[in-house]
Amino acid sequence: MASQPASPARESVAALRMEAIRKQFPGVLALDDVDLTVRAGEVHVILGENGAGKSTLMKILSGAHGKDAGRIFLDGREVEIDGPRRARELGVGIIYQELSLAPTLSAAENVFLGREPRRLPGLVDRSAMEEAARAILGGLGASFDVRRQVRHLSLAERQLVEIARALSLDARILVMDEPTSALTDREAQALFEAMRRLTSRGVAIIYISHRLQEIYDVGDRVTVLRDGRRIATLDVAAADRRELVRLMANREVDELVTRRPSALGAELLRVEGLCRADELRDVSFSLHEGEVLGFAGLLGSGRTAVARAIFGLDPIAEGQVMVRGRRRSIGSPRDAIRAGIGLVTEDRKRQGLVLSLSVRENISLPLLRSLSRYGIVDARAERELASRYATDLRIRTPSIEQVTLNLSGGNQQKVVLAKWLACQVDTLILDEPTRGIDVGAKQEIYALMERLTAEGLGIVLISSELPEIAGLCDRVLVMRAGAVVGTFDRGVSQEEILSAAVGVAS
Amino acid sequence: MRREFGTLAGLLVLCVVLWFATPHFLTTANLLNVVEQSTLIGIIAVGMTFVILTAGIDLSVGSIVALSGVAMGTAFRAGLPVFAAALTGLAVGLACGLANGALITLGRLPPFIATLGMMSIARGGALMLSDGRPISGYPATFREMATGDVMGVPAPVLLMLAIYGVAHFVLTRTTLGRYTYAIGGNEEAAELSGIGVRAYKSAVYGIAGLLSAVTALLLVARLDSAQPIAGIMYELDAIAAVVIGGTSLLGGSGSVIGTLIGALIMGVLRNGLNLLGVSSYLQQVAIGGVIIVAVLMDMTLRRRARLPTE
Repeated sequence: MASQPASPARESVAALRMEAIRKQFPGVLALDDVDLTVRAGEVHVILGENGAGKSTLMKILSGAHGKDAGRIFLDGREVEIDGPRRARELGVGIIYQELSLAPTLSAAENVFLGREPRRLPGLVDRSAMEEAARAILGGLGASFDVRRQVRHLSLAERQLVEIARALSLDARILVMDEPTSALTDREAQALFEAMRRLTSRGVAIIYISHRLQEIYDVGDRVTVLRDGRRIATLDVAAADRRELVRLMANREVDELVTRRPSALGAELLRVEGLCRADELRDVSFSLHEGEVLGFAGLLGSGRTAVARAIFGLDPIAEGQVMVRGRRRSIGSPRDAIRAGIGLVTEDRKRQGLVLSLSVRENISLPLLRSLSRYGIVDARAERELASRYATDLRIRTPSIEQVTLNLSGGNQQKVVLAKWLACQVDTLILDEPTRGIDVGAKQEIYALMERLTAEGLGIVLISSELPEIAGLCDRVLVMRAGAVVGTFDRGVSQEEILSAAVGVAS
Repeated sequence: MRREFGTLAGLLVLCVVLWFATPHFLTTANLLNVVEQSTLIGIIAVGMTFVILTAGIDLSVGSIVALSGVAMGTAFRAGLPVFAAALTGLAVGLACGLANGALITLGRLPPFIATLGMMSIARGGALMLSDGRPISGYPATFREMATGDVMGVPAPVLLMLAIYGVAHFVLTRTTLGRYTYAIGGNEEAAELSGIGVRAYKSAVYGIAGLLSAVTALLLVARLDSAQPIAGIMYELDAIAAVVIGGTSLLGGSGSVIGTLIGALIMGVLRNGLNLLGVSSYLQQVAIGGVIIVAVLMDMTLRRRARLPTE
């Protein structure tokens, strides 16, 4: 992950200048006179915690939101962006976090969706379309067949399709909102490569990310936003990591991810010889009270499959699971919960929460039965329980009756954690627990892991963030192609883990 | 509750308009009549609310009304006491509903398909069982269920209100109710929270079947006859009442209070149009329009609340 030399900004007139942008939402001043200047050919990183105003600023640029005050200049000319369509015409392309492709159409069809080259009215010129798509995608370094359906492409490849779509619209300013959050390191590197090709052609890229390391990988300059204000704009080469974190958070957050180890107690979980079709090959491990056991590996290496198998979501072909020394057959999440196991899934919105229900209703969901008599819920006991855990985990919400849809990512994650803690589980499986949440909330989750293990819980941590694996875990298992290929103790370096994960001898 | 106020306001506006439009609307007799006319769809719509809250749909309720009624009639004609015959009808309705549930949860069929099949099966079953002819003649004690009253309030109205009361309690205060919302809001998250999603979903279709059978008994008592062609189009009226009442077809949000108001809106509208002498053809057009407007308004509100609309 060597940092790339900054590509020189070639023009003196800024490709984009946003001046004194102001946006008021009911109750919050989302943007308070924010300035942003982006040069042609640079990657400009926007950094900030959730709620800092990054997305709002980008939504104003893309025409999704109107601004209350301020001016926007493209190539020195003032423009009025009054809708997404206008933004596209002006050459502003946005690639959102949640991809917006039609899965059953081909890559080429997606690139030209709505603007297919025609031979006769209503008749698509397929070969011309595929030729054009090949040219654009080839220019990004993509090697897959443009006729493949998007659902058969990897996430990284889909992202290239999104970028190609923006480019086919002659985008000169490309906004990328956390594009790597679901990518493996190797895929992210390929994406960075595509980005470098673009900047060398003079495209300006605005890059939003939570991952500090990436700033050094691809960024030329970085603008830090905090609470709707621009705090600083720096050259990446001159920006110190700790300094950036301090600017973002306005407090000295220890960016080093650490956890004080706890004394290990009795064995909570022992898994022996777990096998499942192509996904898992003879996986064995044990977890003790007070221990954080890390699972590292690339996406698809089998980490999540282990979690699903233990939690009773996928049937196990072979192998056994012992809970506190007793063999248990776990065939459903219900069995797992009864055995004292909780699972925090990687996809919080799709699997972790019922977004239409309140904080209280989500927290009590797995143990509602024990709060009920004859099927009737003891409303008072439920409220007390939910408030206790909401306070304990410092869930920031106006009230426990708030619908979880309206909470920030970090607070949603705390609701999921509260749900399992309220169940008194003693084994917690965390699958990418800090994905897509801001620095402050991450630190809170780390601190919580330290506290829980001190109280005797055992935690299985699945993470793609190497600092988390290296910094938080007592032991680390590295998986590749469904098998455990390396076991490391506390103090292992990130490089050692990565080498094992990709299969290179270190 | 806020959502229901909007629907209630709609009902009141409709009533005020009719009050000015026709002198016959705002009389005790007519209002009782409206409510009584709404009881059949009203009771079915309670079950439909449960089903729709789980993001499902039940197209078979109208046919289950026919089959349950005919089952009761057949049992009675075969010599069973009327009380036992009524229980037979209820059991048949419940069984049809649970069969729907099993097809959806164990057979993994989409609810639309499973209940579309049941719609045809139950209708055909009713016709076969009765040989296509109505089964008439029941004791007066049984018919009291439809014709009786308590201090002037018709018995079916009391029955309906009781059912709404119980359903409201179940949805707001019990585990079954909470799970119904959770499954409709996010089935996967519910499953991962250890909820036996299959069992609860099946139960919900069972409730819909059972309430269809209750409606069937009411209908038999009212007509003094079990008809194999009873209940045609009831499923659509019930779905309309639920949707007008603000329960989202996407599942996870809504209430039976809303459904009750929705059923009354349909009843008042029909009654008002009748009083005004509007042709029954035009009535269908008007009711269709109301359904569409209600859903349009609901979608707008949801969008404003940033809830999913697709």
